[in-house]
Amino acid sequence: MMKNYIFILVVFFLFDADTFGHVLHVGKLASYRSVSQAVHNAQTGDSIFVEPGIYLEKNIVIDKPVSLIGINFPELDGEHKYEIISVRSDNVTIRGFLLKNSGISSLIDIAGIKVYGRRNVVIAGNKLQGTFFGIYMENAVNCRIEYNQLAAHTANEQQSGNGIHCWKCDSLCIIGNSVTHHRDGIYFEFVTNSVIWRNESFNNIRYGLHFMFSHNDAYIANLFHNNSAGVSVMFTHGVKMFNNIFEDNWGDGCYGIFIKEISDSYISGNKFRRNTTGIYMEGASRIHLEKNLFTNNGSALRIQASCMDVSTEKNNFIANTFDVSTNGSLVMNTFEKNFWDKYEGYDLNRDGIGDVPYRPVSLYSMIIEKNPTAMVLFRSFMTSLLDKTEKVLPGITPEGLKDEQPLMKPLSL
Amino acid sequence: MIKIIKYVITDILRNKIVMAYTIFLMAISLSLFNLEDNISKGLLSLLNITLIIVPLVSIIFSTIYIYNSAEFIELMVSQPLQRKKIWMSLFAGLAISLSLSFCIGAGIPIVLYAASSIGFIMLAMGIILSIIFAAVAMLSAVIIRDKAKGIGISVLLWLYFSLLFDGIVLFILFQFEDYPLEKAMVAITAFNPIDLGRILILLKMDVSAMMGYTGAIFRDFFGTQVGFIITLVILLLWIATPAWMSARIFNKKDL
Amino acid sequence: MIIASNVSKKFRKLTVLENISVSCAKGECIALIGPNGSGKTTLIKTILGMVVPDSGFITFNGQNILHDWKYRSHIGYMPQIGRYPDNMTIGQVLNMMKDIRADKEKKWDEELIDAFGVNALLNKRMRTLSGGTRQKVSACLAFLFDPDVLILDEPTAGLDPLSSELLKEKIIKEKKKGKLVMITSHILSELDDLITQVIYMQEGKLIFHKNIDELRKDTGEQKLSKAIASVMLKK
Repeated sequence: MMKNYIFILVVFFLFDADTFGHVLHVGKLASYRSVSQAVHNAQTGDSIFVEPGIYLEKNIVIDKPVSLIGINFPELDGEHKYEIISVRSDNVTIRGFLLKNSGISSLIDIAGIKVYGRRNVVIAGNKLQGTFFGIYMENAVNCRIEYNQLAAHTANEQQSGNGIHCWKCDSLCIIGNSVTHHRDGIYFEFVTNSVIWRNESFNNIRYGLHFMFSHNDAYIANLFHNNSAGVSVMFTHGVKMFNNIFEDNWGDGCYGIFIKEISDSYISGNKFRRNTTGIYMEGASRIHLEKNLFTNNGSALRIQASCMDVSTEKNNFIANTFDVSTNGSLVMNTFEKNFWDKYEGYDLNRDGIGDVPYRPVSLYSMIIEKNPTAMVLFRSFMTSLLDKTEKVLPGITPEGLKDEQPLMKPLSL
Repeated sequence: MIKIIKYVITDILRNKIVMAYTIFLMAISLSLFNLEDNISKGLLSLLNITLIIVPLVSIIFSTIYIYNSAEFIELMVSQPLQRKKIWMSLFAGLAISLSLSFCIGAGIPIVLYAASSIGFIMLAMGIILSIIFAAVAMLSAVIIRDKAKGIGISVLLWLYFSLLFDGIVLFILFQFEDYPLEKAMVAITAFNPIDLGRILILLKMDVSAMMGYTGAIFRDFFGTQVGFIITLVILLLWIATPAWMSARIFNKKDL
Repeated sequence: MIIASNVSKKFRKLTVLENISVSCAKGECIALIGPNGSGKTTLIKTILGMVVPDSGFITFNGQNILHDWKYRSHIGYMPQIGRYPDNMTIGQVLNMMKDIRADKEKKWDEELIDAFGVNALLNKRMRTLSGGTRQKVSACLAFLFDPDVLILDEPTAGLDPLSSELLKEKIIKEKKKGKLVMITSHILSELDDLITQVIYMQEGKLIFHKNIDELRKDTGEQKLSKAIASVMLKK
């Protein structure tokens, strides 16, 4: 019995030294005037509390495991020249700061907060304004980026970096951040086994979310809207996208999601509203599209002939100009039990499933895929007549491309 | 001349068809705006009406009216009046009353529900198309003596402008698939006022984003001041050419 | 007053007027006579400018009518078959014509309107009218503007005898004022006491243009109908 108590005590003291270290204060009237100074004097596991105020500290390098905590958003200003915080240690926490005006460079990627090959870093509840790159993770593992608000000011692609930029990382949690006016809202390259949850990425100059070679990540309940090119994902397998919302990505070359060379992935429960193209797929294979809602898109789905085993099941297609368009005879993919608002069939046995198949590809959409200039005939009497004729007497649209069991009523999604 | 226009207009307005046309337009546009859940979709549906129904009604009604006015024309020609003026008065009367119909029938709902630049350009296009097709009708009616044949030709002309022309365009697009035709398309649309109107209206709408690269080329042209003026001139030519040709023929026609 | 020189007209292959030259002077009353399809109406229409001749020209008071449309204000024309906008009333047609011609200084000659009693019919629509009433309206319109030249194409066809007589009286009255009157008619007996000259046409050709007295002397017939018949027989 006694032995146990002693053991607990010993453990308690051990941790005390390590995790509950000392507290250092930074502020006009505090013991430290600058954050760098405090970091310099801190021990492993110390906490540095920063009072409100404006701190012009050039570059703050955090080279030991400390917690940097801002009180009422003290302002760290990079004077348009410097990288504001560089994290060069594991187990660092940065919380509650307002970071402003990082440098801008076309040679190096200057960020508001940059993590250099470290583990267990937490960046939470900060505001980043007018930074070139926002939060930059390089070779980071098991880090959390939570509830930060990132807003850049610049208007052109050259002058702007990505909001949350991750390169060669693993096991990240990116939760509840909001990113706007950056080049890409969230950018991943070689990032694996990570969770991206409840972020909002909007009004970015290029993509709301952009990733490649980032396998086995999950994107859940994020909101991507009004990005000038939507969302673009490439060369990745094992993508899970659940309950995200892709909205108002409207314009030339603008997509809800642009998918290229993606395989073994789930796209489920997402809502695609008012996008020029809801999902564009090229070279995709073994993708499961399920329970998504497509409303008011130009084209809901554009599946190129290079795709295979894309199964589209139990989705709602409502008020899209084109439901599905393709450039080839797309028999490698399946459509099943979707609701199509353009379906004109009947259901005699009243089992909720239409008795005649629905062909989601219109003749005109195929014409456009083959010959985009034919778009000059958009909304002309002739094209609608062509579509009607093709519906009655299918001849050109791919024979195999049909939903054998179209639903009579929309699914509640 | 104004006196004759006045008589033509009173005569047309006494005709119940124009009244019915106005009410039909009004009913359709109002129900479109009420049924569709948003205004831009209502406008999109109205676009089809403007591009199909308006030319059809304009050309058929005008053709029939000219044939039915043979007596009136004969009476006028034996009077001390210039033939050109008689003809132009007929044209003006038709153009004014058809435009008026469209203005009331579609214009009031547009102003009520969609008083935007899209709404107004649609209104303008409707009016211009009404006038163009009245002019085309006058040309076919003056060339062809036989009423039934003349009406037939008018229907064919409508079919050509609203359907066959686009078919030919599609054919050309596929025949010359390997060439960049986007710029040529801008020129080709000039040969069909319905296409010109459709593209002009579409470019103002959100859906123009669907038109991709082709749309961008068109926007580059029609969006500029020069492009806009050229378009306007082309549309005016579409009114002036058939009207002028028909007047010339009428001037020498034996009655 | 009206001079036609070498006027020819073809409708497609059919020659309707062949090299016609006539000269019509003031104060004359000319009968335009010929079998059906001889080109009488076409000649009248060329004079009115409703048909444009293929060759030759017509002058009115020395002016080529091709370039001058105003001369028509001096002509009152009564067509063979009066065709009017169907859904207008007689009153509206009369008012419209007055409105369009609006010669302010001239007084309207409404004698015929009164004589025919057209005033009682002003509210009748044109499409409801009988052929005779239509003719009355045409006649009224032809005389309404007190023109210098009257061109009457089959004026009495379809008119009842009383109206016919009224019209004839009117024509004589106008002739006496020194107007030029051109009449085509099949009923030659009516023309006897009206005309001073005869133009006889056949198959688009002008056969002769003679004074009535001359014609009577040549044929030895008093009655115009007999005179014409003898001319036709000689052929």
